[in-house]
Amino acid sequence: MLAKIHITLKKDVLDPQGSVIANSLKSLGFDNVNDVRQGKFIELEINSNSKEEAEKQCNDMCEKLLANLVIEDYSVEIEN
Amino acid sequence: MKTHVIVFPGSNCDRDVAVAIQNIIGSSPEMVWHKDSTINQSDLIIVPGGFSYGDYLRCGAMASTSPIMKSVIENANKGVPVMGICNGFQILIESGLLQGALMRNSSLSFICRDIIIKPTNTKTIFTNKSTISKMPIAHNEGNYFANSNQIKEIEDNDQIAFQYCDENGDINAHSNPNGSINNIAGVFNKSKNVLGMMPHPERAAESIHGCDDGRNIFESLLS
Repeated sequence: MLAKIHITLKKDVLDPQGSVIANSLKSLGFDNVNDVRQGKFIELEINSNSKEEAEKQCNDMCEKLLANLVIEDYSVEIEN
Repeated sequence: MKTHVIVFPGSNCDRDVAVAIQNIIGSSPEMVWHKDSTINQSDLIIVPGGFSYGDYLRCGAMASTSPIMKSVIENANKGVPVMGICNGFQILIESGLLQGALMRNSSLSFICRDIIIKPTNTKTIFTNKSTISKMPIAHNEGNYFANSNQIKEIEDNDQIAFQYCDENGDINAHSNPNGSINNIAGVFNKSKNVLGMMPHPERAAESIHGCDDGRNIFESLLS
């Protein structure tokens, strides 16, 4: 199975990189960009009997290593 | 005093801190490779600065899963003094020994220069001889963050170790190099036997460094 994991900064955490990206997009003429948040995307292949089990394991991986829960949120999507 | 310095792939301040320990504490530390599994009978464990595992994923995240960290955590829980400097601070945070997070500097630049810090709590084994001190920082991710509940808890338990300040000891936005919340430069765990700090006391530990203010942290441990 293929797990797609998105890790993003929590809403109350400032993202200076996102702000700089937003400014650069505006300078290219994309005036309608209001806010940019930069995050991480992790794709991993996992052997599992069910989508539920794979998702549970990926949640565990995020809590133990992949995300820092003090500043980051994560979401997990499993594909066959 | 028996001291240990942990060495990870990518550590680069391990020898600097070993020299400072030799000069100030008076005996050579044992250098412990991160793949070792036990540290027996230590009076001080140092997790040094550097770029362990190339800062992959998040600074300190990979190193926090190294075999030796289990023993560092066990020793810390038994009350052995543990000190993390710069990347070592990041590793101690990632391993759960210290609260909060270290984010990218608000300027988005690597900062390498002298700063001034003020001890916030001088009743600990690490800071009983501390005063306003000048020492270098050299980091890209030193922007300390904790949410409002965590900050309140850290403040209520006197867990702030050092804050960035100006030459007069005033803690203000101007003296904050990296955007750290409340100018925090270092924190303790609840029982104050674990210290993490971004500034490098080992790089300001003898006259040829141009400043030896960093000595007071090692001298505190001797008293």
